[in-house]
Amino acid sequence: MLKIENLHARVEGKEILKGLSLSVNAGEVHAIMGPNGAGKSTLGNVLSGREGYEVTAGTVTYNGIDLLQLSPEARAAAGVFLALQYPVEIPGVNNTYFLRAALNAQRKTRGEKELDSMQFLKLVREKLKVMQISDELLHRAVNEGFSGGEKKRNEIFQMAVLEPQLAILDETDSGLDIDALKQVAQGVNALRSPDRAFLMITHYQRLLDYVVPDFVHVLANGRIVESGDKSLALKLEEHGYAGLGTGAAA
Amino acid sequence: MNEIMNNQSSTAAVLRDNAQVAEVLGRSYSAGFVTQIEMTGLPPGLDEGTIRALSAVKREPEWMTEWRLEAYRHWLTMPKPDWAKLNIDPIDYQAISYYAAPKKQPKSLDEVDPALLETYEKLGVPLHERAALAGVAVDAVFDSVSVGTTFRKQLADAGVLFCSMSEAIREYPEIVQKYLGSVVPTGDNFFAALNSAVFSDGSFVFIPRGVRCPMELSTYFRINAQNTGQFERTLIVAEEGAHVSYLEGCTAPKRDENQLHAAVVELVALEGAQIKYSTVQNWYPGDENGVGGIYNFVTKRGDCRGDDSKICWTQVETGSAITWKYPSVVLRGDRSVGEFYSVALTHHFQQADTGTKMIHLGKDTKSKIVSKGISAGKSSNSYRGLVKMEKGAERARNYTQCDSLLIGKQCGAHTFPYMEVKNPTAIVEHEATTSKISDEQMFYCRSRGIGEEDAVSMIVDGFCKQVFRELPMEFAVEAKKLLEVSLEGAVG
Repeated sequence: MLKIENLHARVEGKEILKGLSLSVNAGEVHAIMGPNGAGKSTLGNVLSGREGYEVTAGTVTYNGIDLLQLSPEARAAAGVFLALQYPVEIPGVNNTYFLRAALNAQRKTRGEKELDSMQFLKLVREKLKVMQISDELLHRAVNEGFSGGEKKRNEIFQMAVLEPQLAILDETDSGLDIDALKQVAQGVNALRSPDRAFLMITHYQRLLDYVVPDFVHVLANGRIVESGDKSLALKLEEHGYAGLGTGAAA
Repeated sequence: MNEIMNNQSSTAAVLRDNAQVAEVLGRSYSAGFVTQIEMTGLPPGLDEGTIRALSAVKREPEWMTEWRLEAYRHWLTMPKPDWAKLNIDPIDYQAISYYAAPKKQPKSLDEVDPALLETYEKLGVPLHERAALAGVAVDAVFDSVSVGTTFRKQLADAGVLFCSMSEAIREYPEIVQKYLGSVVPTGDNFFAALNSAVFSDGSFVFIPRGVRCPMELSTYFRINAQNTGQFERTLIVAEEGAHVSYLEGCTAPKRDENQLHAAVVELVALEGAQIKYSTVQNWYPGDENGVGGIYNFVTKRGDCRGDDSKICWTQVETGSAITWKYPSVVLRGDRSVGEFYSVALTHHFQQADTGTKMIHLGKDTKSKIVSKGISAGKSSNSYRGLVKMEKGAERARNYTQCDSLLIGKQCGAHTFPYMEVKNPTAIVEHEATTSKISDEQMFYCRSRGIGEEDAVSMIVDGFCKQVFRELPMEFAVEAKKLLEVSLEGAVG
């Protein structure tokens, strides 16, 4: 589904990604771990097309197309979703309205019929149930006055409604207490499917206790330096990133 | 008082310069067409003869003619106003025609020229009662005259008088004489004096004691003829305990010359009466190079003459090359309430200097001001407001909130709050914020699949929510659409 080859990217003139390669197949959950400043968030932002992230070399192929050529909104319509580390507040814009506008914009781009209010409301009710989120969230403005946990849960809820093929979670676990973490993890698990892939960017292996990944990669100094299964995360937890031989946090 | 206390300002953070939001041309103004219709009118120029001729064409009684002439003589003595924060070319008052009207004057809606009906149809204001918006009575003013008023019979049955000002002067002279100029005197300011001398038409509303107007009333103003000024005069009187909600909409064709629109609106609320006055102003704003557009110089004032009365102004201002207006409330009656909710959007080279005045005279009077300014392109947007607490305004309160949103780097937003407090028990609160549409907000919307222009519209709509909530339902939708159109090309 996703094939990243030798990806180099700069932010404000500084090279952050230095030849990153990664393959992700449908149905897989990949965890990307690594020390601060390794380029984890840069990877998420480059994949979703954020401005200010300049790709200087390498390719990203997504379902056979050159992902880097697409605008952020076109990537979203193609099924790429980024759960932000710091979700943004949009004062006065109703959460439900925002989500419906997003879903319908994506459907329109894909040539699908837009959902009317009734159809959309039905979909939202179903997803709320699955995510175990109270509908009070729907009536508020997008992330306005939300607690840290509510913002993260809202991201997962958006993901549930938008049903992406490739979901990138950028430190969705950071700043969450254990109950909120479990709730977010449960939401992610509910969305796991053979057609959908996840890229979970995280600092700690704590999240991986609840969402068990198929692969764990260590990102250090702009490249993947080690890959393995769940046990790699545990090893990291024990020895830290410094314990890695190959060019860890320089 | 709770109402005032509970209002929390939106905490808009000041964000860094927006790289994403750049200036691109290409605004579309859908109301810019011209109606081909046979017109009659007065040649350009202004002197006492013009005023007598205008008064004669309108078959006005002698007192009206004299009233106009007195205003004209006063106007001649007045200095031209000092242009606040506006850049403006001098206006040649002799180059303007003060009266233009369709040649055929209909006696009823059935006789209205089809070209006119089509014009209003195209603007989304059908005048046939069958097609008209349910529950909304419309008075349509085309250049200098009213061309039709809908639902008159239903309103008359409820005791409500709703007709053109010209008609009111002929049919209800006692009411007009009693109230006309009682809120905005003929010599109030330069444009009010000019308007008093040459006003051609406008709407007249009278709600008798204890009556709640059974439907929304609205006037749709259309400037069509070239080199014509529009000087309308609106008078709304709500007697004791009466309630009315009134809305005006405005459009004009695209022309390269600036055209002058100098209106006067007077509202009178007697004891326990409530008047809600909403405006959706979309006069032609000029093109992307600042050529053409309407000069919108308007005096609007409400008088809470009786105790426990309430006047609420809501305005959405997206059009005009220059807007200069300060809908105000004189809080004369004890416990009277004045409110002002405003969204003013400027783009390209538009200039807006708008705000309100709340003059507190009575005890326990309350006022609330919520102003949302949005600037894009190279435009300039100023809020200018006066809150005055006079000696007798015991325990009076004011809450003011001014928020500005900037789109791009070449526009400006200014806030000029004036406060005069002569009573120590009065409380005045003022909050102001300035924010930009941030890269983060734009990326967030786009990463969810929403395109750039839709994202900007959505963010702006959210910013204006507090004001849109105050508009009658049908018009809130219209106002939102208008903002979308007005912002076309604001991002690239």
